[in-house]
Amino acid sequence: MTTALGKDLVGLERLSPDQIRLILDTAEPFKEVSERPIKKVPALRGKTIVNLFFEASTRTRISFEFAEKRLSADTVNVAASGSSVQKGETLVDTARNLEAMRIDMVVIRHPSSGAAEFLGNRIRSNVVSAGDGKHEHPTQALLDLLTIRDKHGKIAGLKVCLVGDVLHSRVARSNIWGLSKLGAEVGVCGPDTLMPRGIEDLGVCRFRRIEEAIEWADVLNVLRLQLERMEMGFIPSVREYYRVFGVTLERLEKAPRALTIMHPGPMNRGVEIDSRVADGPHSVILDQVTNGVAVRMAVLYLLAGGRPELADAAKRPGGTE
Amino acid sequence: MSRSPPERTIILDARALSRALQRMAVEVLELARGTDRLVLIGIQRRGVELAERIAKLIEKDEGVVLPRGALDITLYRDDLETVGPKPVIGETRIPDLAGKHVVIVDDVLYTGRTVRAALDELADFGRPERISLCVLVDRGGRELPIQPDIVGTKVKVSDGERVDVLVEELDGRDEVDLVRTP
Repeated sequence: MTTALGKDLVGLERLSPDQIRLILDTAEPFKEVSERPIKKVPALRGKTIVNLFFEASTRTRISFEFAEKRLSADTVNVAASGSSVQKGETLVDTARNLEAMRIDMVVIRHPSSGAAEFLGNRIRSNVVSAGDGKHEHPTQALLDLLTIRDKHGKIAGLKVCLVGDVLHSRVARSNIWGLSKLGAEVGVCGPDTLMPRGIEDLGVCRFRRIEEAIEWADVLNVLRLQLERMEMGFIPSVREYYRVFGVTLERLEKAPRALTIMHPGPMNRGVEIDSRVADGPHSVILDQVTNGVAVRMAVLYLLAGGRPELADAAKRPGGTE
Repeated sequence: MSRSPPERTIILDARALSRALQRMAVEVLELARGTDRLVLIGIQRRGVELAERIAKLIEKDEGVVLPRGALDITLYRDDLETVGPKPVIGETRIPDLAGKHVVIVDDVLYTGRTVRAALDELADFGRPERISLCVLVDRGGRELPIQPDIVGTKVKVSDGERVDVLVEELDGRDEVDLVRTP
Protein backbone atom coordinates (compact mmCIF):
# COMPACT_ATOMS: atom_id res chain seq x y z
CA MET A 1 0.00 0.00 0.00
CA THR A 2 1.42 3.36 -0.94
CA THR A 3 0.34 6.81 0.06
CA ALA A 4 1.07 10.39 -0.92
CA LEU A 5 4.43 9.90 0.85
CA GLY A 6 5.11 6.35 -0.31
CA LYS A 7 5.43 3.45 2.13
CA ASP A 8 8.24 4.74 4.34
CA LEU A 9 9.81 7.98 5.48
CA VAL A 10 13.58 7.46 5.57
CA GLY A 11 14.84 10.91 4.63
CA LEU A 12 14.05 14.20 2.96
CA GLU A 13 16.46 13.58 0.06
CA ARG A 14 13.83 11.45 -1.71
CA LEU A 15 10.84 13.72 -1.04
CA SER A 16 9.59 16.30 -3.51
CA PRO A 17 9.01 19.90 -2.40
CA ASP A 18 5.26 19.21 -2.68
CA GLN A 19 5.50 16.18 -0.41
CA ILE A 20 7.40 18.22 2.18
CA ARG A 21 4.80 21.00 1.98
CA LEU A 22 2.03 18.40 2.33
CA ILE A 23 3.54 17.22 5.62
CA LEU A 24 3.94 20.78 6.94
CA ASP A 25 0.37 21.72 5.93
CA THR A 26 -1.00 18.54 7.48
CA ALA A 27 0.90 19.31 10.71
CA GLU A 28 -0.95 22.64 11.12
CA PRO A 29 -4.31 21.21 12.27
CA PHE A 30 -2.52 18.65 14.46
CA LYS A 31 -1.09 21.50 16.55
CA GLU A 32 -4.63 22.30 17.63
CA VAL A 33 -5.31 18.69 18.66
CA SER A 34 -2.62 19.01 21.36
CA GLU A 35 -4.43 22.10 22.73
CA ARG A 36 -7.76 20.31 23.19
CA PRO A 37 -9.13 19.29 26.59
CA ILE A 38 -9.02 15.69 25.34
CA LYS A 39 -5.74 15.57 23.40
CA LYS A 40 -6.68 12.62 21.24
CA VAL A 41 -8.33 11.88 17.92
CA PRO A 42 -9.29 8.40 16.69
CA ALA A 43 -7.55 8.61 13.29
CA LEU A 44 -5.15 5.67 13.89
CA ARG A 45 -7.40 3.63 16.17
CA GLY A 46 -6.48 -0.05 15.96
CA LYS A 47 -3.06 0.56 14.39
CA THR A 48 -0.08 -0.91 16.20
CA ILE A 49 3.20 0.98 16.12
CA VAL A 50 6.52 -0.29 17.43
CA ASN A 51 9.16 2.22 18.48
CA LEU A 52 12.43 0.41 17.88
CA PHE A 53 15.24 2.41 19.45
CA PHE A 54 18.77 1.07 19.05
CA GLU A 55 20.25 4.33 20.36
CA ALA A 56 19.51 6.40 23.44
CA SER A 57 16.88 9.04 22.84
CA THR A 58 14.58 10.94 25.12
CA ARG A 59 13.06 13.79 23.18
CA THR A 60 12.52 12.02 19.87
CA ARG A 61 11.16 8.84 21.42
CA ILE A 62 8.76 10.69 23.72
CA SER A 63 7.69 12.97 20.90
CA PHE A 64 6.89 10.00 18.64
CA GLU A 65 5.08 8.30 21.50
CA PHE A 66 2.91 11.36 22.17
CA ALA A 67 2.17 11.64 18.46
CA GLU A 68 1.13 7.98 18.29
CA LYS A 69 -1.01 8.15 21.42
CA ARG A 70 -2.72 11.38 20.37
CA LEU A 71 -3.72 9.59 17.16
CA SER A 72 -5.08 6.65 19.24
CA ALA A 73 -2.56 4.11 17.93
CA ASP A 74 -1.39 1.29 20.21
CA THR A 75 2.33 1.54 20.86
CA VAL A 76 5.11 -0.70 22.07
CA ASN A 77 8.61 0.50 22.89
CA VAL A 78 11.58 -1.73 22.22
CA ALA A 79 15.01 -0.59 23.33
CA ALA A 80 18.14 -2.39 22.15
CA SER A 81 19.45 -2.83 25.66
CA GLY A 82 17.61 -5.53 27.54
CA SER A 83 16.13 -7.06 24.38
CA SER A 84 17.02 -9.97 22.14
CA VAL A 85 19.22 -7.55 20.17
CA GLN A 86 21.74 -7.95 22.98
CA LYS A 87 21.62 -11.68 22.39
CA GLY A 88 22.82 -11.17 18.84
CA GLU A 89 19.58 -11.08 16.88
CA THR A 90 19.85 -9.21 13.57
CA LEU A 91 17.79 -6.14 12.76
CA VAL A 92 15.74 -7.94 10.15
CA ASP A 93 15.03 -10.87 12.46
CA THR A 94 13.90 -8.52 15.19
CA ALA A 95 11.60 -6.70 12.79
CA ARG A 96 10.23 -9.90 11.25
CA ASN A 97 9.40 -11.24 14.67
CA LEU A 98 7.57 -8.03 15.49
CA GLU A 99 5.77 -8.20 12.17
CA ALA A 100 4.67 -11.76 12.93
CA MET A 101 2.73 -10.18 15.81
CA ARG A 102 0.80 -8.15 13.19
CA ILE A 103 2.08 -4.64 13.62
CA ASP A 104 1.41 -1.77 11.20
CA MET A 105 4.35 0.59 11.57
CA VAL A 106 7.90 0.71 12.87
CA VAL A 107 9.62 3.87 14.06
CA ILE A 108 13.34 3.15 14.06
CA ARG A 109 16.37 4.89 15.52
CA HIS A 110 19.62 3.13 14.62
CA PRO A 111 23.36 3.94 14.80
CA SER A 112 23.98 2.69 11.23
CA SER A 113 23.37 4.97 8.27
CA GLY A 114 20.78 3.42 5.95
CA ALA A 115 19.23 1.16 8.59
CA ALA A 116 15.72 2.62 8.13
CA GLU A 117 15.74 2.11 4.38
CA PHE A 118 17.25 -1.37 4.73
CA LEU A 119 14.41 -2.32 7.05
CA GLY A 120 11.73 -0.63 4.93
CA ASN A 121 12.77 -2.73 1.93
CA ARG A 122 12.43 -5.95 3.90
CA ILE A 123 9.18 -5.66 5.84
CA ARG A 124 5.60 -4.89 4.88
CA SER A 125 4.96 -2.40 7.69
CA ASN A 126 5.48 1.32 7.15
CA VAL A 127 8.89 2.42 8.41
CA VAL A 128 9.61 5.89 9.80
CA SER A 129 13.18 6.89 10.49
CA ALA A 130 13.81 8.54 13.85
CA GLY A 131 17.45 9.04 12.87
CA ASP A 132 19.90 6.61 11.26
CA GLY A 133 23.63 6.94 11.81
CA LYS A 134 25.05 10.02 10.08
CA HIS A 135 22.48 9.76 7.30
CA GLU A 136 19.22 11.58 8.05
CA HIS A 137 16.83 12.57 10.83
CA PRO A 138 13.85 13.50 8.68
CA THR A 139 11.25 14.35 11.34
CA GLN A 140 13.73 16.67 13.10
CA ALA A 141 14.27 18.62 9.87
CA LEU A 142 10.51 18.71 9.22
CA LEU A 143 9.85 20.20 12.66
CA ASP A 144 12.67 22.69 12.05
CA LEU A 145 11.05 23.68 8.74
CA LEU A 146 7.65 24.06 10.40
CA THR A 147 9.15 26.23 13.16
CA ILE A 148 10.92 28.46 10.64
CA ARG A 149 7.72 28.80 8.62
CA ASP A 150 5.74 29.69 11.77
CA LYS A 151 8.24 32.34 12.80
CA HIS A 152 8.95 33.92 9.40
CA GLY A 153 5.77 33.10 7.48
CA LYS A 154 7.84 31.55 4.71
CA ILE A 155 10.91 29.45 4.01
CA ALA A 156 11.86 30.40 0.46
CA GLY A 157 14.46 33.14 0.31
CA LEU A 158 15.51 32.86 3.97
CA LYS A 159 19.15 32.36 4.90
CA VAL A 160 19.57 29.52 7.36
CA CYS A 161 22.97 28.60 8.80
CA LEU A 162 23.78 25.30 10.49
CA VAL A 163 26.45 25.82 13.10
CA GLY A 164 28.81 23.24 14.58
CA ASP A 165 29.41 19.56 14.00
CA VAL A 166 28.02 19.15 10.50
CA LEU A 167 30.24 16.14 9.83
CA HIS A 168 28.53 13.80 12.28
CA SER A 169 25.09 15.37 12.07
CA ARG A 170 22.11 13.64 10.49
CA VAL A 171 20.07 16.67 11.57
CA ALA A 172 22.29 18.86 9.38
CA ARG A 173 21.96 16.57 6.37
CA SER A 174 18.17 16.42 6.57
CA ASN A 175 17.99 20.16 7.09
CA ILE A 176 20.15 20.84 4.04
CA TRP A 177 17.86 18.71 1.86
CA GLY A 178 14.64 20.13 3.25
CA LEU A 179 15.68 23.77 3.27
CA SER A 180 17.11 23.74 -0.24
CA LYS A 181 14.07 21.92 -1.64
CA LEU A 182 11.84 24.64 -0.20
CA GLY A 183 13.98 27.42 -1.63
CA ALA A 184 15.97 28.62 1.40
CA GLU A 185 19.65 29.50 1.17
CA VAL A 186 21.67 27.21 3.40
CA GLY A 187 24.95 28.01 5.12
CA VAL A 188 27.23 25.91 7.31
CA CYS A 189 29.76 27.09 9.86
CA GLY A 190 32.14 25.12 12.06
CA PRO A 191 35.71 23.95 12.45
CA ASP A 192 37.33 22.31 9.41
CA THR A 193 37.63 19.04 11.32
CA LEU A 194 33.85 18.87 11.71
CA MET A 195 32.96 19.74 8.10
CA PRO A 196 32.40 16.95 5.59
CA ARG A 197 34.62 17.19 2.54
CA GLY A 198 32.77 18.46 -0.51
CA ILE A 199 29.99 20.08 1.53
CA GLU A 200 29.90 22.94 -1.01
CA ASP A 201 28.72 20.40 -3.62
CA LEU A 202 25.38 20.27 -1.80
CA GLY A 203 24.93 23.92 -2.76
CA VAL A 204 25.58 25.41 0.67
CA CYS A 205 27.68 28.46 1.62
CA ARG A 206 30.64 27.64 3.79
CA PHE A 207 31.53 30.07 6.60
CA ARG A 208 34.80 29.66 8.48
CA ARG A 209 34.09 32.32 11.09
CA ILE A 210 30.95 32.41 13.21
CA GLU A 211 30.88 36.23 12.96
CA GLU A 212 30.48 35.99 9.17
CA ALA A 213 27.70 33.42 9.52
CA ILE A 214 25.85 35.65 11.99
CA GLU A 215 26.16 38.63 9.68
CA TRP A 216 24.76 36.59 6.76
CA ALA A 217 21.93 34.56 8.30
CA ASP A 218 18.27 35.08 9.22
CA VAL A 219 18.17 31.84 11.20
CA LEU A 220 20.88 29.96 13.12
CA ASN A 221 20.34 26.27 13.75
CA VAL A 222 22.95 25.46 16.38
CA LEU A 223 23.90 21.78 16.34
CA ARG A 224 24.78 19.82 19.44
CA LEU A 225 28.50 19.30 19.95
CA GLN A 226 28.86 15.74 21.09
CA LEU A 227 31.41 15.88 23.87
CA GLU A 228 33.00 12.58 22.89
CA ARG A 229 34.24 14.37 19.74
CA MET A 230 36.83 16.08 21.91
CA GLU A 231 38.29 12.79 23.07
CA MET A 232 38.44 11.72 19.44
CA GLY A 233 40.58 14.76 18.61
CA PHE A 234 38.14 16.71 16.42
CA ILE A 235 38.38 19.77 18.68
CA PRO A 236 41.15 20.78 21.08
CA SER A 237 38.89 21.65 24.01
CA VAL A 238 35.32 22.59 24.82
CA ARG A 239 36.44 25.99 26.10
CA GLU A 240 38.29 26.77 22.92
CA TYR A 241 35.31 25.67 20.85
CA TYR A 242 33.05 28.04 22.78
CA ARG A 243 35.56 30.89 22.38
CA VAL A 244 35.79 30.43 18.59
CA PHE A 245 32.39 29.04 17.52
CA GLY A 246 30.06 29.60 20.51
CA VAL A 247 26.82 31.42 19.66
CA THR A 248 27.05 34.15 22.29
CA LEU A 249 24.93 37.18 23.06
CA GLU A 250 27.87 39.52 22.35
CA ARG A 251 28.27 38.08 18.85
CA LEU A 252 24.55 38.24 18.10
CA GLU A 253 24.32 41.85 19.26
CA LYS A 254 26.60 42.84 16.41
CA ALA A 255 24.29 41.27 13.81
CA PRO A 256 22.45 43.59 11.40
CA ARG A 257 19.10 41.93 12.28
CA ALA A 258 17.62 39.77 15.03
CA LEU A 259 18.41 36.15 14.26
CA THR A 260 16.01 33.32 15.02
CA ILE A 261 17.82 30.79 17.20
CA MET A 262 17.18 27.06 16.91
CA HIS A 263 18.71 23.98 18.50
CA PRO A 264 17.66 20.35 18.03
CA GLY A 265 18.60 19.50 21.64
CA PRO A 266 19.89 18.35 23.98
CA MET A 267 21.84 21.57 24.48
CA ASN A 268 25.31 21.94 25.93
CA ARG A 269 24.93 25.35 27.52
CA GLY A 270 28.23 27.20 27.43
CA VAL A 271 29.66 24.91 24.73
CA GLU A 272 27.86 25.56 21.46
CA ILE A 273 25.33 28.06 22.78
CA ASP A 274 25.22 30.80 25.41
CA SER A 275 22.44 30.38 27.99
CA ARG A 276 21.37 33.98 27.45
CA VAL A 277 20.84 33.17 23.76
CA ALA A 278 19.09 29.83 24.33
CA ASP A 279 16.63 31.48 26.73
CA GLY A 280 16.48 34.79 24.86
CA PRO A 281 13.56 36.42 23.07
CA HIS A 282 14.54 35.13 19.62
CA SER A 283 14.97 31.51 20.67
CA VAL A 284 12.33 29.14 19.23
CA ILE A 285 13.91 26.06 20.79
CA LEU A 286 10.83 25.08 22.79
CA ASP A 287 8.54 25.80 19.82
CA GLN A 288 10.60 23.22 17.95
CA VAL A 289 9.73 20.66 20.62
CA THR A 290 6.01 21.53 20.46
CA ASN A 291 6.03 21.34 16.67
CA GLY A 292 7.81 17.98 16.82
CA VAL A 293 4.67 16.26 18.07
CA ALA A 294 2.48 17.85 15.36
CA VAL A 295 4.91 17.00 12.55
CA ARG A 296 5.20 13.38 13.69
CA MET A 297 1.41 13.10 13.92
CA ALA A 298 1.23 14.37 10.33
CA VAL A 299 3.82 11.86 9.09
CA LEU A 300 2.16 8.90 10.83
CA TYR A 301 -1.28 9.96 9.62
CA LEU A 302 -0.15 10.38 6.01
CA LEU A 303 1.72 7.06 5.97
CA ALA A 304 -1.17 5.15 7.57
CA GLY A 305 -3.71 6.17 4.97
CA GLY A 306 -4.95 4.21 2.04
CA ARG A 307 -5.21 5.24 -1.58
CA PRO A 308 -4.84 8.97 -2.26
CA GLU A 309 -6.61 8.81 -5.63
CA LEU A 310 -9.86 8.11 -3.79
CA ALA A 311 -9.27 11.10 -1.56
CA ASP A 312 -9.85 13.32 -4.60
CA ALA A 313 -13.53 12.46 -4.36
CA ALA A 314 -13.62 14.30 -1.05
CA LYS A 315 -12.42 17.52 -2.67
CA ARG A 316 -15.46 18.25 -4.85
CA PRO A 317 -17.91 20.90 -3.66
CA GLY A 318 -20.44 19.54 -1.20
CA GLY A 319 -18.43 16.39 -1.03
CA THR A 320 -18.02 16.18 2.73
CA GLU A 321 -20.03 12.97 2.80
CA MET B 1 -10.18 9.50 -21.12
CA SER B 2 -12.55 11.93 -22.84
CA ARG B 3 -15.79 12.67 -21.06
CA SER B 4 -18.65 14.99 -21.87
CA PRO B 5 -19.01 17.76 -19.29
CA PRO B 6 -21.27 16.97 -16.34
CA GLU B 7 -24.85 18.12 -16.69
CA ARG B 8 -25.91 20.66 -14.04
CA THR B 9 -29.47 21.37 -12.93
CA ILE B 10 -29.99 24.23 -10.52
CA ILE B 11 -31.95 23.18 -7.44
CA LEU B 12 -31.62 26.47 -5.57
CA ASP B 13 -30.43 29.73 -7.12
CA ALA B 14 -28.95 32.54 -5.02
CA ARG B 15 -32.35 33.99 -4.07
CA ALA B 16 -33.90 30.63 -3.22
CA LEU B 17 -30.83 29.74 -1.15
CA SER B 18 -31.10 33.03 0.73
CA ARG B 19 -34.80 32.39 1.48
CA ALA B 20 -34.01 28.86 2.66
CA LEU B 21 -31.35 30.18 5.03
CA GLN B 22 -33.74 32.80 6.44
CA ARG B 23 -36.34 30.14 7.15
CA MET B 24 -33.69 27.87 8.68
CA ALA B 25 -32.53 30.73 10.94
CA VAL B 26 -36.08 31.17 12.25
CA GLU B 27 -36.42 27.44 12.83
CA VAL B 28 -33.08 27.28 14.67
CA LEU B 29 -34.26 30.08 16.95
CA GLU B 30 -37.56 28.31 17.64
CA LEU B 31 -35.88 24.96 18.23
CA ALA B 32 -33.39 26.48 20.70
CA ARG B 33 -36.14 28.64 22.30
CA GLY B 34 -34.11 31.81 21.92
CA THR B 35 -30.41 32.53 21.87
CA ASP B 36 -29.46 32.07 25.55
CA ARG B 37 -27.83 28.68 25.19
CA LEU B 38 -27.50 28.48 21.40
CA VAL B 39 -24.15 27.59 19.81
CA LEU B 40 -23.78 27.04 16.04
CA ILE B 41 -21.10 24.63 14.84
CA GLY B 42 -20.38 24.39 11.11
CA ILE B 43 -18.79 21.31 9.57
CA GLN B 44 -15.80 22.07 7.31
CA ARG B 45 -15.86 23.38 4.77
CA ARG B 46 -19.17 24.67 3.45
CA GLY B 47 -21.04 24.00 6.67
CA VAL B 48 -18.84 26.64 8.31
CA GLU B 49 -19.94 29.29 5.81
CA LEU B 50 -23.61 28.30 6.13
CA ALA B 51 -23.41 28.40 9.95
CA GLU B 52 -21.91 31.87 9.69
CA ARG B 53 -24.79 33.06 7.47
CA ILE B 54 -27.44 31.62 9.79
CA ALA B 55 -25.66 33.13 12.82
CA LYS B 56 -25.62 36.58 11.19
CA LEU B 57 -29.33 36.38 10.33
CA ILE B 58 -30.16 35.50 13.94
CA GLU B 59 -27.84 38.17 15.31
CA LYS B 60 -29.48 40.82 13.13
CA ASP B 61 -32.97 39.97 14.39
CA GLU B 62 -32.08 39.35 18.01
CA GLY B 63 -29.32 41.90 18.59
CA VAL B 64 -26.98 39.40 20.23
CA VAL B 65 -23.61 37.85 19.44
CA LEU B 66 -23.88 34.09 18.98
CA PRO B 67 -21.01 31.79 19.91
CA ARG B 68 -20.05 29.65 16.94
CA GLY B 69 -17.40 27.20 15.93
CA ALA B 70 -15.98 25.09 13.15
CA LEU B 71 -15.41 21.36 13.11
CA ASP B 72 -13.24 19.28 10.77
CA ILE B 73 -14.21 15.67 11.23
CA THR B 74 -11.41 14.20 9.07
CA LEU B 75 -9.57 12.66 12.03
CA TYR B 76 -12.78 11.05 13.28
CA ARG B 77 -13.68 9.35 10.00
CA ASP B 78 -13.88 5.56 9.87
CA ASP B 79 -12.54 5.20 6.33
CA LEU B 80 -8.86 6.26 6.45
CA GLU B 81 -7.92 2.83 5.08
CA THR B 82 -10.11 3.07 1.99
CA VAL B 83 -10.32 6.78 1.30
CA GLY B 84 -6.84 7.72 2.43
CA PRO B 85 -5.63 10.82 4.19
CA LYS B 86 -7.38 14.01 3.22
CA PRO B 87 -4.74 16.36 1.83
CA VAL B 88 -5.66 19.43 3.84
CA ILE B 89 -7.44 19.23 7.14
CA GLY B 90 -9.46 22.32 7.99
CA GLU B 91 -9.45 24.32 11.18
CA THR B 92 -11.34 23.14 14.25
CA ARG B 93 -12.33 25.74 16.84
CA ILE B 94 -14.97 24.96 19.40
CA PRO B 95 -16.35 27.38 22.03
CA ASP B 96 -17.46 26.24 25.49
CA LEU B 97 -20.19 23.62 25.05
CA ALA B 98 -21.15 22.79 28.65
CA GLY B 99 -24.92 23.13 29.11
CA LYS B 100 -25.37 24.58 25.61
CA HIS B 101 -27.80 23.73 22.81
CA VAL B 102 -25.49 22.96 19.91
CA VAL B 103 -26.84 23.14 16.38
CA ILE B 104 -24.59 21.36 13.88
CA VAL B 105 -24.78 22.93 10.43
CA ASP B 106 -23.74 21.12 7.24
CA ASP B 107 -24.36 21.55 3.55
CA VAL B 108 -25.48 18.08 2.44
CA LEU B 109 -26.80 15.19 4.51
CA TYR B 110 -26.20 11.87 2.76
CA THR B 111 -24.99 8.69 4.50
CA GLY B 112 -24.93 10.27 7.97
CA ARG B 113 -21.33 9.17 8.55
CA THR B 114 -20.04 12.74 8.73
CA VAL B 115 -22.62 13.57 11.40
CA ARG B 116 -21.74 10.40 13.32
CA ALA B 117 -18.09 11.52 13.32
CA ALA B 118 -19.10 15.07 14.32
CA LEU B 119 -21.07 13.76 17.31
CA ASP B 120 -18.07 11.71 18.46
CA GLU B 121 -15.74 14.67 18.07
CA LEU B 122 -18.03 17.12 19.89
CA ALA B 123 -18.26 14.70 22.82
CA ASP B 124 -14.48 15.07 23.23
CA PHE B 125 -14.85 18.85 23.60
CA GLY B 126 -17.54 18.96 26.26
CA ARG B 127 -21.03 17.95 27.25
CA PRO B 128 -23.71 20.04 25.59
CA GLU B 129 -27.24 19.79 26.99
CA ARG B 130 -28.61 19.05 23.55
CA ILE B 131 -27.35 18.65 19.97
CA SER B 132 -29.52 19.27 16.90
CA LEU B 133 -28.79 18.92 13.21
CA CYS B 134 -29.49 21.53 10.55
CA VAL B 135 -28.68 20.85 6.87
CA LEU B 136 -29.21 22.82 3.68
CA VAL B 137 -29.86 19.74 1.52
CA ASP B 138 -31.16 16.33 2.57
CA ARG B 139 -30.41 14.01 -0.35
CA GLY B 140 -31.48 10.76 1.33
CA GLY B 141 -29.37 7.58 1.27
CA ARG B 142 -28.71 7.25 5.00
CA GLU B 143 -26.50 4.39 6.18
CA LEU B 144 -26.93 5.23 9.86
CA PRO B 145 -29.97 6.08 12.02
CA ILE B 146 -29.39 9.85 11.88
CA GLN B 147 -32.06 12.40 10.91
CA PRO B 148 -31.96 16.20 10.60
CA ASP B 149 -34.05 18.55 12.75
CA ILE B 150 -34.02 21.39 10.25
CA VAL B 151 -33.79 21.00 6.45
CA GLY B 152 -33.40 23.66 3.76
CA THR B 153 -34.56 21.45 0.92
CA LYS B 154 -34.98 17.77 0.14
CA VAL B 155 -33.70 16.34 -3.13
CA LYS B 156 -34.12 12.93 -4.65
CA VAL B 157 -30.77 11.84 -6.05
CA SER B 158 -30.32 8.87 -8.39
CA ASP B 159 -27.22 6.82 -9.14
CA GLY B 160 -24.60 8.83 -11.03
CA GLU B 161 -25.85 12.10 -9.61
CA ARG B 162 -24.52 14.25 -6.82
CA VAL B 163 -25.40 17.49 -5.07
CA ASP B 164 -23.00 20.44 -5.25
CA VAL B 165 -23.42 23.28 -2.79
CA LEU B 166 -21.64 26.45 -3.91
CA VAL B 167 -21.17 29.42 -1.60
CA GLU B 168 -20.06 32.93 -2.50
CA GLU B 169 -17.13 32.90 -0.02
CA LEU B 170 -15.50 29.80 -1.54
CA ASP B 171 -17.00 29.30 -4.99
CA GLY B 172 -17.87 32.82 -6.16
CA ARG B 173 -21.64 32.29 -6.20
CA ASP B 174 -24.50 30.94 -4.11
CA GLU B 175 -26.16 27.95 -5.71
CA VAL B 176 -27.20 24.37 -5.15
CA ASP B 177 -26.89 22.08 -8.19
CA LEU B 178 -27.81 18.55 -9.04
CA VAL B 179 -24.91 17.25 -11.12
CA ARG B 180 -25.20 14.24 -13.41
CA THR B 181 -21.80 12.77 -14.28
CA PRO B 182 -21.94 10.75 -17.49
